[in-house]
Amino acid sequence: MSDLLFFFEVTLAGLGSGALLSLTALAFVLIYKATRVINLAVGEMLMLGGYLFFAFAAGFGLPAWAAIPLAIAGGGLVGAVVERGLIRPMLGESPIAVFMVTIGLGSILVGLVELIWGTDPRALPAFMGNTPIFIGEAYVSRKIAIAFAVAAVVIAVFLVLFRYWRGGVALRATATDQAAAYSCGINVPGVFSLAWVIGCGTAAGAGVLLGSIGGISPAMGVFGLSALVVVIVGGLDSVAGALVGGLVIGLIEAWAGTYLGGEFKLVTTFGLLLVALMIRPYGLFGTTEIERL
Amino acid sequence: MAADILLDINNIEVVYNKTVQVLRGLSLSVGRGKIVTLLGSNGAGKSTTLKAVSNLLTLENGAVTAGTIRFDGNDISRLTPHALVRRGLFHVMEGRRIFEDLTVEENLTAATFALSGRGLKPTPFDLVYQYFPRLFERRNGRAGYLSGGEQQMLAIGRALIAQPSLILLDEPSLGLSPVLVEEIFTIIASINRDLGVSMLLVEQNAAVAFAVAHYGYIMETGKIVLDGPTERLVKDEDVREFYLGASGGEGTRSYRDIKHYKRRKRWLS
Ligand SMILES: Nc1ncnc2c1ncn2[C@@H]1O[C@H](COP(=O)(O)OP(=O)(O)OP(=O)(O)O)[C@@H](O)[C@H]1O
Ligand SMILES: [Mg+2]
Repeated sequence: MSDLLFFFEVTLAGLGSGALLSLTALAFVLIYKATRVINLAVGEMLMLGGYLFFAFAAGFGLPAWAAIPLAIAGGGLVGAVVERGLIRPMLGESPIAVFMVTIGLGSILVGLVELIWGTDPRALPAFMGNTPIFIGEAYVSRKIAIAFAVAAVVIAVFLVLFRYWRGGVALRATATDQAAAYSCGINVPGVFSLAWVIGCGTAAGAGVLLGSIGGISPAMGVFGLSALVVVIVGGLDSVAGALVGGLVIGLIEAWAGTYLGGEFKLVTTFGLLLVALMIRPYGLFGTTEIERL
Repeated sequence: MAADILLDINNIEVVYNKTVQVLRGLSLSVGRGKIVTLLGSNGAGKSTTLKAVSNLLTLENGAVTAGTIRFDGNDISRLTPHALVRRGLFHVMEGRRIFEDLTVEENLTAATFALSGRGLKPTPFDLVYQYFPRLFERRNGRAGYLSGGEQQMLAIGRALIAQPSLILLDEPSLGLSPVLVEEIFTIIASINRDLGVSMLLVEQNAAVAFAVAHYGYIMETGKIVLDGPTERLVKDEDVREFYLGASGGEGTRSYRDIKHYKRRKRWLS
């Protein structure tokens, strides 16, 4: 019985980090869908979000309710600048070149953060409280539970906007056929900017959640790698794939980390990636058009 | 320039990838409220002409290297494609190009962006459903599951939502059965009549194009080779032979003449 309870607790924790993975994967998918750019800097945007929150909350002493939106807005602003300054001028270049630019961008962000805040990990000012939450008899860390709930709400809001908001229609139209979107009067470059702003803002928000669970460090961008696995497994352009894939990978990492040992976490993730790529190269939910990289 | 000219293309040259020249000094104009057809064989440069007008050419690495295009009196060369749509110039592209993952209604919603910043009342979707009742039945279904004819109706429906003064129509008859072609062209003619929308109509099917158009241009390898009011073009020997398929006398010709005449009467009455 207690074995089962323990398994249940591990599973809940896995779902918690899975929800964060889903959220981060959603940032990837949003940017990819609209602009066909694989933004490898999403992990670093997430890290930047954590540090921006740290700067506003610890540096300027702002309360969490002000620091969180500021961190998200800061992430969105960086997204806008990057899209206008780096990505749009490369329109029409080979996808690999753009992909490389986002890798470079990631390194620049890490470098900047190290310059300003140093390389040591830091704890974020607590704003979630510590009282554990029990589901039946199973214990869940309060922070993980809150992160799960917030991620779930944000994802739900995204799904609704995607489906019913007029801007969501513009985004999906642009994703399906750029020329046709132009021909309908949709401001396609505007959609690109919007996708980068929302995507990077989302990643920054995920960074705040992740940082308040495990602290922040310049290396926390590796979380983006797991999210990358999620989108490759789930399909680069599939929102459903990001959601399901995030939860699945979160669960598997939690189980592998607990029962096989922490060093197996990433090994299992990437093993899964290989298997998934062999079975369905375009992702479990993706469209059957293989992106050559 | 005459005030009744809506679109004026003057001596343009178009080059793709900075190397392939496709248009070589093409000129044509569309009068306000008129349907003008542009005919020509495969690869003559008809679609290229329309893309030059809607500025979608830049997406395909093409450029207008000489000449001018004026829409409603203004040079269009510096306008983005979406800005042009928002000035009332709508391009219904070759191959329909509907958003297949979106529903029929969402496709129409996408076209409402054409009204941004124009201070117009939103077009009721019912206008589209009046012309194309079949779309109403399918309005919540995925557009990708529509038949080819229904997709063409949706493509034209999107144009209606945009309240344009000029529609560029690229081969609306492509891949449709004769009955459907007739249905769609009847509607094209009535849209022009009811709403006063001008049209530049590119076609392979000269017979149906002549049945609705007021004026026609015929192009070959990047230039206009012949133009005139439709009544005159349909009597032209070359046009009859090469575009209407009447190959010198015999029964075929007279049969086509009769059929053609009937159609014309039905559409234009
Ligand atoms: N994006 C492009 N890049 C290079 N060449 C192109 C491009 N698009 C068209 N062409 C070339 O330009 C010429 C004219 O093409 P266009 O599509 O305008 O012909 P069209 O008259 O519309 O023919 P069709 O009746 O088959 O649609 C063709 O020779 C074609 O190969
Ligand atoms: Mg064509």
